[in-house]
Amino acid sequence: MSDRNNQRRSGGHGPMRGGRPVEKAKDFKNSGKRLLISFKPQIYRIITVFITSIISVIFSILSPKVLGKGTDALVEGVKTGIFNFEYIKTIIMYLFVLYIVSSLFSYIQEYIMASVSQNVVRKMRDDVSDKINKLPLKYFDQNAVGDILSRVTNDTETISTTLQRGVTQIISSLVTVVGILIIMMTISPLLTFITLISIPLSMFAIIFVMKHSQKYFKGQQKKLGELNGHVEEIFSGHIIVKAYGKENDAIEKFNKINQDLATTAWKAQFFSGIIMPINNLISNLGYVLISIVGAILGIRGIISIGSIQAFLQYNKQLNHPIAMLGQISNQLQSAVAAAERVFQIIDEVEELKDETNSTELKSIKGDVEFKNVKFGYDKDSVLIKDMNISAKEGQTVAIVGPTGAGKTTLVNLLMRFYEVNNGKITIDGTNINHIKRNSLRHHIGMVLQDTWLFNGTIKENIAYGRENATDEEIINAAKAAQAHHFIKTLSDGYDTVLNEEGTNLSQGQKQLLTIARAFLSNPGILILDEATSSIDTRTEIQIQKAMSNLAHGRTSFIIAHRLSTIKNADLIMVMNHGDVIESGTHTELLNQSGFYADLYNSQFSVN
Amino acid sequence: MLKIFKKLKKFSVMIAGVLIFVLLQTLCDLNIPSLMADIVNNGILKNNVPYVISAGIKMLIFTIGIVVFSVLSNLLSSVVSAKFSEKLRNEIFEKVENFSLDEFNKFGTASLITRSTNDVTQIQMVVLVILRMMVMAPIMTLGGIFMAIKTDAGLSWVLMIALPAIVVLVLIVLKFGGKLFASMQVKLDKVNLVMRENLTGIRVIRAFDRIDYEKARFKTANDDLTETAIKANKIMAILMPGILIILNFTTIAIVWFGAKRINIGEMQIGSLMAYIQYASLILFSFVMMSMLFVMVPRAAASAKRINEVLETETTIKEPLDLKYSNDELKGEVEFRNVSFSYSGADEPVLKNISFKASKGEVTAIIGGTGSGKSTLINLIPRFYNVTEGEILVDNVNIKDMSQHYLRNKIGIVPQKAVLFSGTIRDNIKYGKEDATDDEISNALDIAEATEFVSEMESGVDTFIAQGGKNVSGGQKQRLSIARALVRKPEIYIFDDSFSALDSKTDAKVRKSLLSVTKNSAVIIVAQKISSIINADRIIVLDEGVISGIGTHNELMKNNDVYREMASSQLREE
Repeated sequence: MSDRNNQRRSGGHGPMRGGRPVEKAKDFKNSGKRLLISFKPQIYRIITVFITSIISVIFSILSPKVLGKGTDALVEGVKTGIFNFEYIKTIIMYLFVLYIVSSLFSYIQEYIMASVSQNVVRKMRDDVSDKINKLPLKYFDQNAVGDILSRVTNDTETISTTLQRGVTQIISSLVTVVGILIIMMTISPLLTFITLISIPLSMFAIIFVMKHSQKYFKGQQKKLGELNGHVEEIFSGHIIVKAYGKENDAIEKFNKINQDLATTAWKAQFFSGIIMPINNLISNLGYVLISIVGAILGIRGIISIGSIQAFLQYNKQLNHPIAMLGQISNQLQSAVAAAERVFQIIDEVEELKDETNSTELKSIKGDVEFKNVKFGYDKDSVLIKDMNISAKEGQTVAIVGPTGAGKTTLVNLLMRFYEVNNGKITIDGTNINHIKRNSLRHHIGMVLQDTWLFNGTIKENIAYGRENATDEEIINAAKAAQAHHFIKTLSDGYDTVLNEEGTNLSQGQKQLLTIARAFLSNPGILILDEATSSIDTRTEIQIQKAMSNLAHGRTSFIIAHRLSTIKNADLIMVMNHGDVIESGTHTELLNQSGFYADLYNSQFSVN
Repeated sequence: MLKIFKKLKKFSVMIAGVLIFVLLQTLCDLNIPSLMADIVNNGILKNNVPYVISAGIKMLIFTIGIVVFSVLSNLLSSVVSAKFSEKLRNEIFEKVENFSLDEFNKFGTASLITRSTNDVTQIQMVVLVILRMMVMAPIMTLGGIFMAIKTDAGLSWVLMIALPAIVVLVLIVLKFGGKLFASMQVKLDKVNLVMRENLTGIRVIRAFDRIDYEKARFKTANDDLTETAIKANKIMAILMPGILIILNFTTIAIVWFGAKRINIGEMQIGSLMAYIQYASLILFSFVMMSMLFVMVPRAAASAKRINEVLETETTIKEPLDLKYSNDELKGEVEFRNVSFSYSGADEPVLKNISFKASKGEVTAIIGGTGSGKSTLINLIPRFYNVTEGEILVDNVNIKDMSQHYLRNKIGIVPQKAVLFSGTIRDNIKYGKEDATDDEISNALDIAEATEFVSEMESGVDTFIAQGGKNVSGGQKQRLSIARALVRKPEIYIFDDSFSALDSKTDAKVRKSLLSVTKNSAVIIVAQKISSIINADRIIVLDEGVISGIGTHNELMKNNDVYREMASSQLREE
């Protein structure tokens, strides 16, 4: 997916869009239709845009003919020596009105269109945001954040810019072409015929060149992707490249890709760049032909000079929309492709709804039971075959095992982020499937190593644990979480704003904040993920202390890395490959001399 | 911006070519309306068919001239812009490859990536647009004005009103629109931010049941963006109709006042027609030039960012007089009163560090976060220059060695395991280019990686995706250990290199490492005392200062910091 992003980023919005390869929608017809349907709420505006755009175009294409009449009047004057200034004044008045009306309506049209496409896109973004909250977690585990983000911002951006211009341009181009053809026929069918020859000619030429340039553009994007990939890789591994003295290898490879890129790049630019001159050539040939043939007809008195002048203007006006139509169709295609990607999210299967007769949990004791739970992230591969756990009110359950043993899966199931395939999980005897999700989650607190804090103040971040918490409650929670002290040392205290990357706090401090958050929410059941080695000893002691404060009097599941927690736990569950392979207290397990004893002793085996 | 454009000098011949061809093309362009005027004045009005045909042929020649010249200028401008950006990218990449960590981290990885890719693309685009359009616009404007005056000087005052009118219109729209477009970008970033937070925090949001709150947050950001975008677009909506109306009013003025001049015999009809066309040429070229105001600021921002990279000089320079180490010592590191501060920092990170690690010994460095452990070991391969004191490897100051020679002696396993796209074999060979299959499998054995590698589809020839996405953290770490092992270096540096391993694997790897590091100096950064309890020498770092050096037992006796750490860590056992 990142390839696509790279291409998009590097694509830019230069003025040289012609010939860039078009992203094709997989199902153009349906996605296009849905895109159209999404315009429905804007239907009145769109109709207005249609009407104003047609009026504007009609008035603008009438003007060369009127102008031609003026020229004819002047020719008359030159020939006869008498200038009819009254008549000329009338014509100029007409022109004045035509120009004003045309510009005015084109302004109205663009003005209205400004909100049409933006509103459509706003709705799309809101829909996605809505949808995100209804999707099962599985979706997020399987799709990269960057990809979803790119759909919400880049893709909707593509849609809005394209539609903004595209829709009105299509209307005005079509009206212009048809209108001009009709007017030209009324002036001179012969000259019209000459002008028409240039249309298919320029279309063929443009299509021909575009095919070539697309080939090179594709090559360019491929090379650019390769180059970006290489740069990303080498820069991310800078320290290793230096340590192993591989700078020159990296530069050599870079230069090679870069050279290839430059070669395809200039070819792509060249071919897309000659579309305009070729189009102009054809338009100019039409111009020359009209001048010559028109002049000859003029001498014979078949056509007036004003008409020739009008024709010359029409010839120019006609060529522009034809060149445009080719471009717009490309843009529309990428807009539909972008819309399709947005629709894909909106169409994803949602999380199962709460059962209709599901209950609210009022207050809980905290008995948790897993009964014959079977689960797999994919239907085909079962991770947990048959899991049974029973944790009584207020007990501490430590879960240990090597990485990838399925410890996080337990969290996912208990919080009902994922649904069990078989068996059941109960809280105080009630199957969690019969409890409303938000009610269930309300009673379970979670402190993960992957701390999530948002770009807001410390206070807001702690208050995330409970709506409407008072300042006092927040400070008390921070105190209980051993976080009060360090917060006080920050320049703005509780009002310190966490920056976007959260780099103004250390990892350990962040974890203390999430513990404070859990304190505030005061849950009956806790899931704690202990910190590993990225935290210094002092903070680590604080975290441990805060966690044991928090765990006091609650049923707690602790994903453990620390021997102290393990030793004092009421129940230790040793997991491996998704199964609980051993369980019991510390002493019991040591006496079994099994996996746990092995794991425990290995910590000292170096000695 | 100008600094970067100076680099275009190399292409000055081609750029001169572009200028010449554009000039020729414009000349051809400008001749067409006046030929048309001639056809009307001398052909139609005088009933002279041969004149029409000869003038028509001239027109045809000019038309073909336009195409030929524009294709040629186009060819040259494409090549110039592509080659120029190639050169720019090369310079940046080479520069960055020579950066020490100091300069590298000043910019940051992400920023350097965009600077060497996106920013260059921006510049390339601008160069292309300038060569293609901006060169033509002034020539066309000047040429158009010249031809217009030549056609009929008496109407010049019309243009003198129209031109400023266009400028004022464009400036007004840019002034108001430009601001809005800038704030639109900020608001788009905000939408992005909220969405990113929503996605990364999905578990927490659901756990705390704050879906509605987040929805409202997104909606606010989204509405804000939309409103601004609509406002900006509404202002932009004035631009095209405005330009057209000025152009059309100019036409009306030309017709009306032209008619009066024709009446008194000072102008011909054909000239009037030509004049209208010149007026539209001039005004459109003017609009094109004003677009320069839109493009340049964006490109200037990119140019500035590129310049910052190119102008940064690396602090680590190769010595003029290279020294080589004594072969007998092989594997000795000595710090003599080393102090180090990061550039721009007030406080030194390391103060007065002295110790000596010899061949066959294990030296461990322990201390809290921010105590300077990683900084210390990063000084050994000379990723940074020491601020004071000196570091000797095999009794030679590392500043007197070539970087390549020095780093060849070192096998480093960093905190964050980095693999490159390529097969596992390629990745291991990164440590030693000519490693044999035996050496590779031996290294994998010691790093406890043989088992999982052999379980993979193609064994050592399995392809590692970019960023090592298809292997787990623990596997990555073991492979990066193997990469250091295959090098058989004089000095091993492990910077908390076992963090992603479970305790069982950790213990196994450590055990087997002992057997191969006998003839080297081993320096280990560790978090847990239990893992380095047997080291020959433990260095306790506390806020950049050595608070004690000794064996575990010695330190337990006479070092408070160490004892405190030990009691918090070991009381569990």
